Amino acid sequence: MITCRDFIEFLADYLARELPAQQHTVFDEHVADCPNCSAYLRSYTMTVKLGKAACTDLDGPAPAEVPEKLLEAIRAARSK
Amino acid sequence: MKPSSPDSDEAALLVGLRAGDQVACEKLVRTYSGRLLAVTRRFLHNEDDARDALQDAFLSAFRALPTFAEGSLLSTWLHRIAVNAALMKLRTRRRRPEDPIEDLLPTFVEDGHRVNPGPDWKEPAEVVLQRQETRVLVRECIERLPETYRTVLLLRDIEELDTEEVARLLEVSPNAVKIRLHRARQALRELLDPHFREDRP
Repeated sequence: MITCRDFIEFLADYLARELPAQQHTVFDEHVADCPNCSAYLRSYTMTVKLGKAACTDLDGPAPAEVPEKLLEAIRAARSK
Repeated sequence: MKPSSPDSDEAALLVGLRAGDQVACEKLVRTYSGRLLAVTRRFLHNEDDARDALQDAFLSAFRALPTFAEGSLLSTWLHRIAVNAALMKLRTRRRRPEDPIEDLLPTFVEDGHRVNPGPDWKEPAEVVLQRQETRVLVRECIERLPETYRTVLLLRDIEELDTEEVARLLEVSPNAVKIRLHRARQALRELLDPHFREDRP
């Protein structure tokens, strides 16, 4: 038997399937029986998704002056 | 089978770059500035720092061209160089005062139950992400994480480098990377919880 504290502490290993098989089963049983940990697992997984989505939507063209200034700096550095 | 066109474009660009061709250099900078600036911005909150790191990245890339391995993807190689440049810039910056990670982690009572577990997050990611406020909120909460933990979260979950690679970059053990990642995610979840929990019976 594990506590909610144990479940949450080793949650990353559980999700990455890095727990020994027997431990993995104990964790499966805990999440099946514990609505709080089941909810925690869902929000933890969603947190990872949100982090990725929120950070990667910044991709787009750089402001126009960025490549121009870069090229100037690169030319200057290479002419040394 | 990869489509031939992007491959041959990249191959032609590489030939030009290796020959020190000015046109190829310009093309590289114009093609990749946007993408790589997005990377450095993720690590460096300050726009000037992000642009400095971007410049460092391109200069590094031009110097390292002789070591570019045939058969590698230019975009992956550049991405790594940009991540490295951002990390190096991060090291030169003064640390802002930050909350210790312990203050941001969930707490437990004697018997191992969580304190104030609270209601579920009802709406799925796809739905909440349609709102611009969600994206702004998540980025702001990531910014609030202490730097050591934020960096690992960015490298593992956002830049998608693997544990061993992150361990090498940060000069810590793979186990330290795993622990920091889990704590970062837990802390981020706690910071987001008040905004997503559904306080309805």
